[in-house]
Amino acid sequence: MKALRNFIDKQKPHFLPGGRFEKLQSTFEAFETFLFVPNTVTKSGAHIRDAIDMKRTMIIVVIALIPAMLFGMWNVGYQHFLSYGQHPDVLTNFFYGFWKVLPLIIVSYVVGLGIEFMFAQIRHEEVNEGFLVSGILIPLIVPPDIPLWELALAVAFAVVFGKEVFGGTGMNVFNPALTARAFLFFAYPGNMSGEKVWIADKLDTFSGATPLGKALVGNFSNFPSVHDMFFGFIPGSVGETSTFLILIGGLILLITGIASWRTMFSVFAGGYVMGLLFNLWGANAYMGIPAWQHLIMGGFAFGAVFMATDPVTSAQTNKGKYYYGFLIGIMAVLIRVFNPAYPEGMMLAILLLNVFAPLIDHYVVESNIKKRLKRAKLALTN
Amino acid sequence: MSTDKKEREPMFSAKNVKLLTSPLNLNNPITVQVLGICSALAVTAKLKPAIVMTLSVMIVTGVSNFVVSLLRNGIPPRIRIIVQLVVVATLVILVDQLLKAFLFDVSKQLSVFVGLIITNCIIMGRLEAFAMSNKPWPAFLDGIGNGLGYGLILITVAFFRELFGSGTLFDIQIVPQSLYNMGYVNNGLMILPPMALITVGVIIWVQRYYNRSLIEK
Repeated sequence: MKALRNFIDKQKPHFLPGGRFEKLQSTFEAFETFLFVPNTVTKSGAHIRDAIDMKRTMIIVVIALIPAMLFGMWNVGYQHFLSYGQHPDVLTNFFYGFWKVLPLIIVSYVVGLGIEFMFAQIRHEEVNEGFLVSGILIPLIVPPDIPLWELALAVAFAVVFGKEVFGGTGMNVFNPALTARAFLFFAYPGNMSGEKVWIADKLDTFSGATPLGKALVGNFSNFPSVHDMFFGFIPGSVGETSTFLILIGGLILLITGIASWRTMFSVFAGGYVMGLLFNLWGANAYMGIPAWQHLIMGGFAFGAVFMATDPVTSAQTNKGKYYYGFLIGIMAVLIRVFNPAYPEGMMLAILLLNVFAPLIDHYVVESNIKKRLKRAKLALTN
Repeated sequence: MSTDKKEREPMFSAKNVKLLTSPLNLNNPITVQVLGICSALAVTAKLKPAIVMTLSVMIVTGVSNFVVSLLRNGIPPRIRIIVQLVVVATLVILVDQLLKAFLFDVSKQLSVFVGLIITNCIIMGRLEAFAMSNKPWPAFLDGIGNGLGYGLILITVAFFRELFGSGTLFDIQIVPQSLYNMGYVNNGLMILPPMALITVGVIIWVQRYYNRSLIEK
């Protein structure tokens, strides 16, 4: 550790203004602060600084994603061999999936970080940390068989048009990972939806439909058991299938205080309430499924835990977070049940509410001001 | 009008040429004034309709500017918008009928957007801002120039959208079949209107990168 620190300190002058590589300063700075907490201190006055900064925050989210990711790798292998009627041991399954998912992760990080570094260099800014999380989220929300060039294009699109044009991490309106997924969804629907894409190299005769796909066409025979759906032994995007492991990741986020429990809780509540309403209506079989089943199907849990809680694109006010989350839950289930073109509504629901988040915040703040003004007037008249 | 004018201005004086060229870049109706966006999104999925649309708009802006400029001293200010609309509507109907007669398939693709040229902000904008206070010839040039500026963006957007969205240009396959066999897929998003908006955005980005004076403070 010490040797590394010394090495970095020795290289540093080359990258400062006037040095040999001053053009690469932001790249150097990014790696330095990635490895060590920067030792910047406030120059005037006494301020308390938390040791946790953006890079440390982001890495905790990545850690929280690891259980779902590892399980996702195993599940990719499991589903593949299942379609051939084989049941190899855990490691065979895992490594089959590992070699499927690893290229996705590498492509996502190389393309995304490449663009981030380029922009930072051109603008003479520090490299933004946001992509540490987006880079791992994107491979987890796509089908395992997505062609790599399509993924690369989607990542580039998401980073440039989802983030950099708005001014980088912290300024973006849309969640970059979901922007990438939305791009894939609309640009290459053949590789992103339908029954063929969710299992890597599946046997042609084997139905690869996800529970959501089945439910939408009203096919409830051979529906996976609740146990399978909760623990994730179902076809789907890489990291979204196991609600159980996503909840463990969610727990990590809640304990460390990274994600807002208000958002997370209200997304689930919204989905559940909408499910109940559909139960009451009960016009078709899909509306009749138990409300809580909506929460364990498809990407609902993944979206609620890792996407909706994105601190940049969600509502900022505490009260606003309830509205924001609740509406995401409602919209997601609504889109699922009603719109035959979109079997999964979570992505679109979150992107839609991303747009509305500032508006929600605005009204929460306004109403607070009004309430306080009223109180102040009352105090004056008394 | 003063009768003791020294000499006639040449038809293509520097000033008049500027009327033609400034809408192409620094005063572009779409990327700088942000007018006429709706039709730019609607008709740019393919090159052919985009070019036909460009020609239609160019004719309507040019001729309506010319006609309104001829009438400008006779139009009572209070009803000028109505008079302008009558001129524009007449021209648009003429263009529409011509398209139906000679380019029926393109006319079908353009559908309502030919009729909607009447409400195209660029045309009303040029009539109000230029034709009402300038002589017919410069007004005509100004109209043609703005039509060209509009068309330039339309055709650029349509070029990229058709190339990446359908793999064709003028409905002729450009992307080689061997690429499709290797797994290349047309980008379905390019066909959808949001991508037209993003493409226009990219053009604005590039334009402002080279013309720093256009960047808003």
